Amino acid sequence: MRAQDADRLFYYLCGGLALGLILLVIGIGLTLLWGSLPSIKAFGFKFLWGKVWDPVNEEFGALPFIVGTLITSFLALIITFPFAISSGIFLAEYAPPRIAGPLSALIELLAGIPSVIYGLWALFYLVPVVRWFEMRLGAPPFGLGLPTASLVLAIMILPYAASITREVLKMVPQELKEAAYGLGATRWEVIRGVCLPYASSGIVAGLVLSLGRALGETMAVTMVIGNRSEMPTSFWDLANTMASVIANEFTEASKDIHLAALIEVGLLLFVITLLVNILARMVIIRLKVK
Amino acid sequence: MNRLLYRKLKDRLAFFLILVLALCPTLPLFHILLGVVKQGISSISLEFFIHLPKPPGEEGGGVGNAIVGTLMLALSASLLAVPIGILCGVYLSEYAKGRFGEAVRIAADVLQGTPSIVFGIIAYLWVVKPMGHFSAFSGSVALAIMMLPVIVRSTEEILRMIPETLREASLALGVNYWRTVLKVIIPTGLVGITTGILLSLARIMGETAPLLFTAFGNPFWNFNPMQPVEALPLVVFKYAISPYEEWIRQAWGASLVLTGLVLVLNLSARLLARRMGGHGR
Amino acid sequence: MAARTVTDPKELAIFEVRDLWAYYNEKPAIRKVSLKIPEKKITAIMGPSGCGKTTFIRCLNRLHELTPGASIKGEILLRDKNILEMDPVLVRRKIGMVFQRPNPFPTMTIYDNVIAGYKLLGVRLKREEADRIVEEALRKAALWDEVKDSLHKRGTYLSGGQQQRLCIARALAVKPEVLLMDEPTSALDPKSTAKIEELIVELKRSVTIVIVTHNIAQAGRVADYTAFFYLGELVEFGPTSEIFTVPKDPRTEEFLKGKFG
Ligand SMILES: Nc1ncnc2c1ncn2[C@@H]1O[C@H](COP(=O)(O)OP(=O)(O)OP(=O)(O)O)[C@@H](O)[C@H]1O
Ligand SMILES: [Mg+2]
Repeated sequence: MRAQDADRLFYYLCGGLALGLILLVIGIGLTLLWGSLPSIKAFGFKFLWGKVWDPVNEEFGALPFIVGTLITSFLALIITFPFAISSGIFLAEYAPPRIAGPLSALIELLAGIPSVIYGLWALFYLVPVVRWFEMRLGAPPFGLGLPTASLVLAIMILPYAASITREVLKMVPQELKEAAYGLGATRWEVIRGVCLPYASSGIVAGLVLSLGRALGETMAVTMVIGNRSEMPTSFWDLANTMASVIANEFTEASKDIHLAALIEVGLLLFVITLLVNILARMVIIRLKVK
Repeated sequence: MNRLLYRKLKDRLAFFLILVLALCPTLPLFHILLGVVKQGISSISLEFFIHLPKPPGEEGGGVGNAIVGTLMLALSASLLAVPIGILCGVYLSEYAKGRFGEAVRIAADVLQGTPSIVFGIIAYLWVVKPMGHFSAFSGSVALAIMMLPVIVRSTEEILRMIPETLREASLALGVNYWRTVLKVIIPTGLVGITTGILLSLARIMGETAPLLFTAFGNPFWNFNPMQPVEALPLVVFKYAISPYEEWIRQAWGASLVLTGLVLVLNLSARLLARRMGGHGR
Repeated sequence: MAARTVTDPKELAIFEVRDLWAYYNEKPAIRKVSLKIPEKKITAIMGPSGCGKTTFIRCLNRLHELTPGASIKGEILLRDKNILEMDPVLVRRKIGMVFQRPNPFPTMTIYDNVIAGYKLLGVRLKREEADRIVEEALRKAALWDEVKDSLHKRGTYLSGGQQQRLCIARALAVKPEVLLMDEPTSALDPKSTAKIEELIVELKRSVTIVIVTHNIAQAGRVADYTAFFYLGELVEFGPTSEIFTVPKDPRTEEFLKGKFG
């Protein structure tokens, strides 16, 4: 074999595997679609706004989970937002490098703690706290439910959002900041007037990516959300998210149509996180163009 | 003058607000770590590491089978993902210039952003259903898919940083391209690639969702990849939501072991990355 | 215009370049260059920055075509065989190259760096044979005495000048017929430079050398022949002494007087 042929072969091997990566993603989408066909045929678009999820009577509508997912994720994002931004600013602008380096490493390490452990912690430490509040406020004292799930999600995405904010702020050119200092600006004025505007779209992209994480987070949520497949009617309700209902019911689904409905929920989740990630990517691309 | 005072005051105020807001969230994070250590340490004993679990209600027993299972899953997922991931990374850094490369990168990003439970469904449909039963292998397929994007992107990034002249030095010796890649480029980037692999391992070691309906769990010893297998995160989940006190205690113990594993992986990745940075290739 | 090729008829040419064009993205960087490079001599390639020196010698071992968007036209005969029609990998075994910046393989020891041309190709060498090749190459590169006790240390621990000699040893170890050098001393201090110049003169007994240099004095010290390039064209080629004393082209003269970069 000539040397060039071997090189060509290697090229095709690498290229073939790279193509495989694309096919893998397409395959995942198609498999989910194929797996949910029975459910799609039976319920059509009604699946999206059906409020009843009743495996016994074989009626499936995913709205309760869509709502549960959106409420917990957005709430988590709102709770996290001020803390994440502040942490990012603190690490990038205020903390001396000797502290900032180890501190952000530490935060990233904590971000690596498995989600099931966040769930365990929430179950035994967060739930009592939430219950205490609920009793004070006259809400049903489940301790579990939407508020607890949102809180644990907020804690989980915080390190991620903070480290992206920090990285984006680090990319602000030193000259720009020095120019502002040269004009007599205070540190806060420099941050407010130069750094944050410059980094804004990067920070937004980071938040969108964090939202994507929250949307698909499964275990911690499953452990504290209460697993109730009905439309939530109040903020204190027990609920289910798209991910948690799959985690809960998938192995128990004895009927094909139930399994197909769960797979369709998975398909929805796949599509939604895909869209969210594309959105984040677009923001990042705009950032690069700027 | 007043104006200056006002501005300075605002500056101070902003600083304190940011400081407080920045430090607040570290409290729950540290509390989790401390909680795991405090609650978990009481379970840790030799028995805990090498024994099978006892039936509910009985004292003692361990998570030996889950530790073995987790290692088995990680190993087989790596066997699947590492070679494929590295070669894809090589493709992206060495060959891909145009649209196709961009599509591959997007595919990796999509995989990175997809919730892990989706990979559980996929491995269920691709492996469990055709095989007819749960298995460690199906779990490692799900985990391998999750490792891929991390390995692909980190390999690409590392290889891009390798100076062109090294490649040319090898080619100028009459070494053909694939040998240059395998014997010069990859070894030069090996530290960075290893970092990526360790990070991807840390990512999947603690994953529960993709194992729920693939590896499934197994209260006995199992070394056969075609059979269901226990895993540490599955144990934590099952025990945590169980009504038995002894099990809940062991859930904390398993959490401590799992956290230790993940932190060690993350830390070694970080130390490696620092070593690489220090040497300044 | 047709390039003037002046070669001493007594010398045997190892390379004959005929009407060579080289392009980056359709833009020519080498324009219709023809010249004969004499065997076992040192030929210097000179000219102002960006005139195509690097491009030219990278054509000679077919590294040029690895640059994305680069292409090449014409003939390059190595002992009457057109290398553009040969397997590039074989071409590069016969024609070694030393780069501007020393680039030892950072993952390999000094020893392994020297026999990299075998190791990387998967050629199995017997222990004694490998030892012999390493010693011979390092001796030729005038590095043996300095590193013989640290052969199993990483090549990157050496000084810049030593690294460059290690790269020369690496190129020599596969016994090339021609050694291409692209400004091999421009990243080095004067002392290391002197050492490498000495070495280059020594080497011409066994190998033909083509060296790109910016340094007029260097060309004067080491080169038997000098080619002067300007804007991708070969302006003048001949024995160094002639080119330096009676340049035929005004552009050469200006360059020698230091008029261009
Ligand atoms: N990779 C490339 N892509 C496009 N154009 C290139 C590339 N490399 C070189 N060129 C162009 O080709 C011409 C010749 O470049 P070359 O590097 O051969 O010059 P040189 O004589 O070696 O210069 P120097 O003395 O600075 O090393 C220059 O105009 C340069 O801009
Ligand atoms: Mg050059």
